Amino acid sequence: MVPEISLTQSPSHSRHGSNIGQPLTRRDGILKVKGEARYAADNHPPGMLYAVLAVSHIARGRVSFLDVRAAKSHPGVVDVMTPANKPPLAEDPDAKTNPFMFRLDLLQNDLVRYANQPIAVVIAETLEAATEGAALLSPRYETQPPRVGLDSNESFVPPAVGVGNPSELRRGDVEAGLAAASRQIDATYETPTQYHNAMEPHAIVAAWDGDALSIDTPSQGLAMAQGRIAGLFGISPENIHIRSPFLGGGFGSKGLIAGPQILGIMAARLVGKPVKLVLRREQMYGPVGHRAPTRQRIRIGADNAGALTAIDHHAKTVSSSFDDFFEPAADASHTLYASPAIATSHEAIRVDTGTPLFMRAPGEATGSIALESAIDEAAWACGMDPLAFRIRNYAEVEPISGKPFSSKALRECYRQGAERFGWSQRPLTPRQLRDEAGLLVGWGMGTATFPALMFQAEARAVIRSDGSGVMETGAHDMGQGAWTAFAQIAADSLGLDLAQMEFKAGTSDLPDAGIAGGSAHTATAGTAIHNAGTAVIARLEELATNNERSPLFGAGNAGVIARNGRLFRRDDETRSESYADILGHAGLTQIEARGKSTADPASQSTYAMHAHGAVFAEVKVDPDLGQIRVTRLIGAFAAGRIINPRLVRSQIFGGMIWGMSFALHEQAVMDRRSGRTLNANLAEYHIPVNADVPPMEALMIDEHDPYVNALGIKGVGEIGITGSAGAVANAVWHATGIRVRRFPIRIEDVLTPDPH
Amino acid sequence: MKNFDYVRPSTVSEAIAAATEPDAAYLAAGTNLLDLMKGGVVHPNRLVDVTRLPGLDRIEHLPDGGVRIGALVRNADLAHDPDFARSYPSIAEALLSGASAQLRNAATVGGNLLQRTRCSYFYDVASACNKREPGSGCDAHDGENRLHAVLGWSEACIATHPSDFCVPLVALDAVVEIEGRTGRREVALEAFHLPPGDTPERENVLEPGDLIVALRLPSEARSFSAHARYLKVRERTSYAFAVVSAAAALRIEGGAIWDARLALGGVATKPWRARAAEKILAGCNPDLATFRAAAETALADAKPSGNNQFKIALARRIVVRALTLAAAGTPRRIPALPASPFSSISGALHGA
Repeated sequence: MVPEISLTQSPSHSRHGSNIGQPLTRRDGILKVKGEARYAADNHPPGMLYAVLAVSHIARGRVSFLDVRAAKSHPGVVDVMTPANKPPLAEDPDAKTNPFMFRLDLLQNDLVRYANQPIAVVIAETLEAATEGAALLSPRYETQPPRVGLDSNESFVPPAVGVGNPSELRRGDVEAGLAAASRQIDATYETPTQYHNAMEPHAIVAAWDGDALSIDTPSQGLAMAQGRIAGLFGISPENIHIRSPFLGGGFGSKGLIAGPQILGIMAARLVGKPVKLVLRREQMYGPVGHRAPTRQRIRIGADNAGALTAIDHHAKTVSSSFDDFFEPAADASHTLYASPAIATSHEAIRVDTGTPLFMRAPGEATGSIALESAIDEAAWACGMDPLAFRIRNYAEVEPISGKPFSSKALRECYRQGAERFGWSQRPLTPRQLRDEAGLLVGWGMGTATFPALMFQAEARAVIRSDGSGVMETGAHDMGQGAWTAFAQIAADSLGLDLAQMEFKAGTSDLPDAGIAGGSAHTATAGTAIHNAGTAVIARLEELATNNERSPLFGAGNAGVIARNGRLFRRDDETRSESYADILGHAGLTQIEARGKSTADPASQSTYAMHAHGAVFAEVKVDPDLGQIRVTRLIGAFAAGRIINPRLVRSQIFGGMIWGMSFALHEQAVMDRRSGRTLNANLAEYHIPVNADVPPMEALMIDEHDPYVNALGIKGVGEIGITGSAGAVANAVWHATGIRVRRFPIRIEDVLTPDPH
Repeated sequence: MKNFDYVRPSTVSEAIAAATEPDAAYLAAGTNLLDLMKGGVVHPNRLVDVTRLPGLDRIEHLPDGGVRIGALVRNADLAHDPDFARSYPSIAEALLSGASAQLRNAATVGGNLLQRTRCSYFYDVASACNKREPGSGCDAHDGENRLHAVLGWSEACIATHPSDFCVPLVALDAVVEIEGRTGRREVALEAFHLPPGDTPERENVLEPGDLIVALRLPSEARSFSAHARYLKVRERTSYAFAVVSAAAALRIEGGAIWDARLALGGVATKPWRARAAEKILAGCNPDLATFRAAAETALADAKPSGNNQFKIALARRIVVRALTLAAAGTPRRIPALPASPFSSISGALHGA
């Protein structure tokens, strides 16, 4: 079978020996640089029509009128899909049968639950005609006042936060701990609504052939998308073929298939032709998830020696009026700092927005900037250096559970990061440092952490008669480098050079690689690949060691080693046989095996598993004008085994930049009267530009973890944003002496009053 | 999107005739207009593409010492013209502090004068906006307005003019050359943009069919080249509109200020010339007390239009800083971060 999507090798990837640990460049890099990597919206099957969403301008109410006639009479418009004529669905879009199922807006009625909710789809022969058709619908509404912001509705305690985490958790007596403390801080922090804003908007090209469905769409979870679509349309998952070889970023917003993608499939069904639907940038501020705002109150107590006596972390957040996702911000206090008493709790209100969802370190990021700021404030209250304070309260076991860590090289992260940064020269008191131009200089730090998760995945390995190999798993490359890192793992597991094997990923007909989320994709799919490769080698070994004519005959007890397309007798490497010969002697054209991965329940119940890091930031602040610039950012991270240090460094850099963005730039500005986002574009939804990004370093600290999975991988996708955001915020305090507790930090927040 | 006519005239007079039709708009680089059309903010029936008109893309040095800049000269080309940058350093610095490199490569001088406000209520077609739809009201008034105007605003409109380029231009007495149905006329840039008053939809003096063909700087503008800076506070280091900005130009002789030019950006519905402050500066020593007095005068009439009180103090400070930097002397080359408060420490220079 010709692989549908497979990358050719470049000479820079041809190497012998171990591939894991090598800083290979991206195998898909050249394709992307040359514009040859085919993203979802690049597909144009014959006869394809263009669909454009019409979205609501109000945040709450109902659509009372759509001028369908005007839209339909526009030249080129083929059809208009509204609640009146949408194709029937087999499942109610408002049904919810598992925690990973979120309610979708699929034109099931005329209700409007948030601004930018799809209210119709116009299908036309050209994008321009569809766009104008959508404008001509000129909707009229019955409007109700929207609920906007953290104080706009009655609060309640959510039944669970994140994905099934308890809303409240406590260990020890926090009030007693606070009462016994000689130093206390009690501070409230606010984080804003943020949107994923992946460079590639959500897009879909859908084509029906009877009940078979062919789709090009970016997905961080092919098998889950397949299942969701199958349920909605009442067809078998095997009848759905999804291609998703490249994502232009996902960050969680492409983890679950979103409403607009389903609408593209519905539109294709309605018109009986292939349809392409691509979200406009501003349409991404609504139906595809976001990071909910939080208000977090943290109380910390410490004794005279700077030892924590209590941490109380309470987070208020929002969900939509119609579904549940509660940003688990307070959970950030579970794992980092040793305290005899810890309490975390959440409350929430319902507002008229799209449902918030997973966004790059959901809960960890929002919780981290608040906790790391509070720890910094507590260190200052104790008169201690923030690093010394953190080390004083270093958690030898996971504070909330009392479990030992499977591995934790955080102390080494602190040591190497601090040394590289020159932290020991930091004055304790803020507003002491100036540069030669008179700008205020501040140094801040934060601790990074993210759980080392494992989901379930499967892979299929094949050795062909010519000795070459194939590894297949429906993995997802979101830009992080999955094509490369997984190929490295696969090559090692097969005992082949990269050039001798083919790695297939990115389509739904391959074994389920799980979800590319929770920073667990490399660990999960990588372990499945490793196991598949190991299994197929074991089958080869069985053939060879039982074959009287093989030089490996009878080597079963001694064992064999797979290397460079041959099996070698472990105790006598002069005796070996090539894969091709082994298969030839057995009369086989190929041999295959599958491998699975799943979390080991014994290890999970015994150990706390987390990646860690320490981030050090230097900022400069203009004392008169309030302009802030990060001038140095150094992180040291321990995340188990590193498959590809080049890709990992890129991931970590991206996360650290995002942390800086969290502290200084990013926020969706919402009009409290209309519930519409006012800066739904990349000119005014600020993320750092190149000129904002300082010289950065990411040190990778060696860490061997025998418990997380067979390969010892912890994952690096999300940890970079944690710690970094707090480090920048703390550096701003150290520069200015002004503690800003509402993020992002703005110019006016750090302006000192006029001297006269 | 809405269907529209596209015409590409080959002469200025053909262009004027084509654009005199109702709902016609001139198209140059389209860096603002096309966004506005896609967002449904403006709906021209006809685009008159002026990019092929001959003779509008030149920088001419005039015999009287002035310079004439064709309306189609690209922002980047103007900023990187060595003679222009040497003679009018604050204008080059302002140009390089605006937008992104890609946009500067496309955007034109004439178009820059006509760019529309970034007020989010102007862009949000479901909001009331007197500028977009006269008489509909102004949702910015009680809305998210921390970046809105503090000078010259009216009940009808509190938007700001987003241009960086126009700020030093207005300070240096730039003149706009306009061709229209009745021939050619000239308008001082200071008078080109109109205060919002009760008619914020009327942003400038252009009549239907009027085409900006050039921009002229008088020879006198060159006399400030040794002490001219543009400074811009923004929410990230590049690709952001000014929270506030200032262009300061001084002629210093014998240790005293002989003549001064000062204008502010990001504070009003038009680029804001601070003439009263210039009078304070003239004849004084270039010291902090003088600069503070000038800043007080420049912002004397300022009042917040919403949740933006901080911009008044910030504007005063940026005036003081811009004057201080100008007095210290124009850098030999434009800093790596043009117009940034951080440019002074970088040591790097703008090499592009």
